[in-house]
Amino acid sequence: MSLLELHGVTRSVRLPDDRILQILRGIDLTVDAGEHVSIVGRSGTGKSTLLNILGLLDTPTAGEFLLDGVPIGRLSGRVRARRRGADFGFVFQQFNLLQARTALENVAAPLLYAQGKQFWNRKRLAAEMLERVGLGDRLDTMPEKLSGGEQQRVAIARSLVRGPRVILADEPTGALDVDTGGEVMDLLDTIAQENGSALIAITHDLAVASRAKRHFRLAEGVLAPIAIGARSAGSLDGLGTTMEHVPDGEDHQAEHVAVPLGTVASAAAATGSTGAHGPGAGPGSTLDDLFGDSVVAS
Amino acid sequence: MTGFFGALAEAWDELRVHKLRVLLALIGVAVAVCAITTITAAGDMLRQVSAESNERWGGRPATLNVSAWPTGQEMPGVEEYVAAYDDITARYEVEHSSMVMWAQTPFRFPGGTMETQTNAVSADWATMHRFVVDGGRWFTEADAENLSPALVVNHAFLEALGQRIADHPTIVIGGENPVLATIVGTYPDSWPGEGPAAYMLVESHLRWASPTSLVNSGAPSLELWVPTDTADVLTEAVRRDLTGAIPGTQVEVSRMDSPDMGMIDGATKWLILGVSTIALLLGGLGLVNIALVTVRYRIREIGIRRSFGASSGRVFFSVLMESVVATIVAGVVGVSLAIVILHNVPLDTLMGSTVQDRPGFPASAAVTGMVAAVSVGALAGLIPALVAVRVKVIDAIRY
Repeated sequence: MSLLELHGVTRSVRLPDDRILQILRGIDLTVDAGEHVSIVGRSGTGKSTLLNILGLLDTPTAGEFLLDGVPIGRLSGRVRARRRGADFGFVFQQFNLLQARTALENVAAPLLYAQGKQFWNRKRLAAEMLERVGLGDRLDTMPEKLSGGEQQRVAIARSLVRGPRVILADEPTGALDVDTGGEVMDLLDTIAQENGSALIAITHDLAVASRAKRHFRLAEGVLAPIAIGARSAGSLDGLGTTMEHVPDGEDHQAEHVAVPLGTVASAAAATGSTGAHGPGAGPGSTLDDLFGDSVVAS
Repeated sequence: MTGFFGALAEAWDELRVHKLRVLLALIGVAVAVCAITTITAAGDMLRQVSAESNERWGGRPATLNVSAWPTGQEMPGVEEYVAAYDDITARYEVEHSSMVMWAQTPFRFPGGTMETQTNAVSADWATMHRFVVDGGRWFTEADAENLSPALVVNHAFLEALGQRIADHPTIVIGGENPVLATIVGTYPDSWPGEGPAAYMLVESHLRWASPTSLVNSGAPSLELWVPTDTADVLTEAVRRDLTGAIPGTQVEVSRMDSPDMGMIDGATKWLILGVSTIALLLGGLGLVNIALVTVRYRIREIGIRRSFGASSGRVFFSVLMESVVATIVAGVVGVSLAIVILHNVPLDTLMGSTVQDRPGFPASAAVTGMVAAVSVGALAGLIPALVAVRVKVIDAIRY
């Protein structure tokens, strides 16, 4: 039994002019405990909606979502909230730290919703978690006094402090420079592995995506497995990465479509992302080749 | 249980972070609670001032006035009255009683003899009427044994005598049996320009007053301070007993105090309650306003907290508790402020009188103030809490 299972999940919303906007179409996805999965896609393709469904913040319009084999539709709102707090940790692109609270208070905040020892020992647990992410000396620092990388490390500590089984990272390096983003992802990977937490990262940064064991592309609301292979190891600057389209259900017989990352960098830069990966990219491909060619939701 | 403490901790945390909001909430609600407590205390004081003022004239509840008016030309002898009154007092075991006679006494002032209004009473009369002296002392039972009659006089009396109470003044009572009286105490004039007036023990009056003076004093009356719940029964019993005891008189027994004070008390209470409610509602409105603005400002934060596992019920309760905790703090500040005010402002003096039995701090008013503050906090928190629950989590996170 997988930790998370999505079968034919769709999500649609009714627009003010009564048209129905399909954001997600027939999503099938399984994630096992401790697994690292990445989902890439252009802005507006429904990545965040998918993440919200996975994190029990939103519910599918149709299809089935099983958590530990139990359909979440059977769970009450209260139970869903409790499972969300206990089983899921969120890392947001814009960090979403609580303003006017110290790093310690931010990390301790999720423990306000915990039970028993976790609740009563929240300050100590938060301090230990900040120690683990290398911010043991910044416990009483306000978010605005921290650098972007430090803020994201606080957010990571906060997402992990309750020992979640799944970490949902929505563009975790989207607001960071390349090197800082790499450091943050190293940290996230390491701690997630140490905790045995599954990590689902949504990104349009291939360097981030390439760290995962399995990769998916979300385009026009449709999720499809892909393979991302590293042409060269080493620093992010030297990374040459290709994305290979893998037909559904054929993860191991991938249809290789080489996509140079230089085009990703320029397009990502245009959308405000700093997910550039340097000179290994070759000419000739477009962003549409990589992420699909239409935006279905914004 | 953890959830409750969690919500409390969360609410306290919010208030700590939003100090300005707390301060604004404090100003509105604390002032209202302070007003409630102070007004209630002022009301208690007003009631006490009013009650004591009434009691000075009419006696404490329940004071019965017993009179036996002659129906013919001849007034029964004073000794008959004394014997009958003593009998009544002893039979019904009345702890505090006083015979009362009114007389015009010829005091020899330096400027000449002046017929002066004199009230002959028993030593208990001061207790029954909350009568206080501002110099010297009131009568004791022992004063009745002194050959020199003891007097308690007003300021105008002393001025006419040209002496001070500290000088242990004496004055001669003229008439058929002149005697040197000793002034033991003094009291303020009842109104500006009042002439000399004095109190004397009824025993002294009976001993030294001339027979003519006694006849002029009229029939002595009796005042009985009895338990309120037995007043009606005693009224009838005393009337019945006395009618046979002093033949040739018509006996009247009536309440001297003001049994209608309860009605005035009720009206004052409603007035205070109305004013306090308005004050509290105004404070509550300010709180609602601030809370609503704060919730809109905190939409993203609410979304983030939902991602931590906060259920909609928890969000509702936490936002509600913020208002409640704020009003509890405000209530404590308001009650403390009221205590300081009540201890430092002489309300009774401001109301033109000094009370003997100063009402204690109205603990019930403080409790009412706190309950009202918490209720207003809950009501004021209700609207923002509903707004917070209706926040769409996904939109809130992107906010």
